[in-house]
Amino acid sequence: MAAFLQLDQVSKSFGAVTVADALSFDLQAGQALGVIGPNGAGKTSMFNLITGTLAPSSGKITFDGVDITRQSSAKRCRSGMARSFQVPQPFSGMTVFENAMIAATQAGGMHGAEAENYCVEILEQTELLDRANTPAGGLTLLGRKRLELTRALCAKPKLLMLDEIAGGLTEAECTSLVDTIKAIHGRGVTIIWIEHVVHALLAVVDKLMVIDFGSKIAEGEPRAIMESPEVQQIYLGIEADG
Amino acid sequence: MEWLNAVVQGTLLGGLYALFAAGLSLIFGVMRLVNIAHGDLIVLGAYLGLTVTIILGLHPLLALVIVVPAMALIGYVLQRGILNHTLGKDILPPLLVTFGLSVIIQNALLETYSADPQKMNAGALETASLSAGGLSVGILPLLTFGIAIAVIASLQWVFYRTALGRAFRATSDNQEIAQLMGLNRRHIFGLAMALALGVTAIAGIMLGIRTSFDPSIGGGRLIFGFEAVIIGGLGNLWGTLVGGVILGVAQTIGAKIDPGWQLLAGHITFLVILAFKPNGLFPRINE
Repeated sequence: MAAFLQLDQVSKSFGAVTVADALSFDLQAGQALGVIGPNGAGKTSMFNLITGTLAPSSGKITFDGVDITRQSSAKRCRSGMARSFQVPQPFSGMTVFENAMIAATQAGGMHGAEAENYCVEILEQTELLDRANTPAGGLTLLGRKRLELTRALCAKPKLLMLDEIAGGLTEAECTSLVDTIKAIHGRGVTIIWIEHVVHALLAVVDKLMVIDFGSKIAEGEPRAIMESPEVQQIYLGIEADG
Repeated sequence: MEWLNAVVQGTLLGGLYALFAAGLSLIFGVMRLVNIAHGDLIVLGAYLGLTVTIILGLHPLLALVIVVPAMALIGYVLQRGILNHTLGKDILPPLLVTFGLSVIIQNALLETYSADPQKMNAGALETASLSAGGLSVGILPLLTFGIAIAVIASLQWVFYRTALGRAFRATSDNQEIAQLMGLNRRHIFGLAMALALGVTAIAGIMLGIRTSFDPSIGGGRLIFGFEAVIIGGLGNLWGTLVGGVILGVAQTIGAKIDPGWQLLAGHITFLVILAFKPNGLFPRINE
């Protein structure tokens, strides 16, 4: 079976800084891949390369059987990828509901009442329905993180990319978020999730990848990866820094 | 009574200025582009109207049915073909390119239609008037004002009640994220320019019925448009209408004092408002 998403020797550097160094991996449809690595390892840059906000210096990216290396980010989005941002970036002058509607109508290709009902459903899931008519700029950090997830979900993605969505949440909030993401994964959506909150990640993903200095250090069964000496070393390093 | 008359005439004139300004305001609001060629595009609209009325023998108001879509098409092509390439972090390229465009349009009109002043013939509509309580109000200015209100109400509706408007606002809010939500900003900007030039076509035809025009008058219309937008507050369409009315009233009152003061009074009023309210009278709150 051909991979749903495939990165083949993708490299990108800014001057002396390498954010992706011959990065290769593939993901089957329906899989959930967790990505960990130290700060500045190139995790978010990998998302930028996949969604097209960064153009790779070399290498090839294939999504759903199509070579998308040179495709615009708008086109990639309409073909079924959606992401959330680590630093939330809502359309701050528009209401929460309008933010969701943009994703549903533009990225998700829905119209009229169908789009509206879908947005209400998702807002209910992400617990933002009571804030639907407030301007997105007025949300708290937690609200904005939820809006990121809402917008990504309203796009009805085939590939959902989550960037540190659990960071800064309380334990209870984190648990409810994990349940939400599990449910989405259960519906067959392919997921890539970058997260420092490892226990949240391990509750959902079926594959784990470790990145450092833009290249892949390890990839495989999550628990085995977490226990490998290399990862232990990197992660103990993070703990010491943090 | 004469003063009251001046205020009423000025208010109605303000409708025309609001029509000049609406396209300018829309374009600035969606893509932060200051279109120096806007005045010349109004004049282009007037000439297209003239051409259609002469060739097809249509009434100028009926010519709108052809000129509005034609100008919208020109707008889309212009945006996709030229203006999109000038947009970026630097605000200078769009200014220079639209300035160049202004020169090109003016000279092309001069070449095609000569420098002779032209006017569209709207028959009885031009002189028809209503009298009430000693005031005499022309049907044409009244109609222009009504159209200005209808245009602004429609633009407002498009912006806040339709998917297209949502796309405009999202793109204006955060272009990068809009791209990631599947909005193609080049296309969205193309549609915004199409809509703006559709409105500009209406402005051009109302101008061409009201007064005579020649290829050189675009610059003046641009300034009236700018002043209306700035007085009303950037990004606020109803504010633009109020800005147009204030400008119109200032001009007719100025003319009442001394006929030579018409334009000067408008500009002075604009400068005074700019001095005390640099963001205009009704700036958009979340700006």
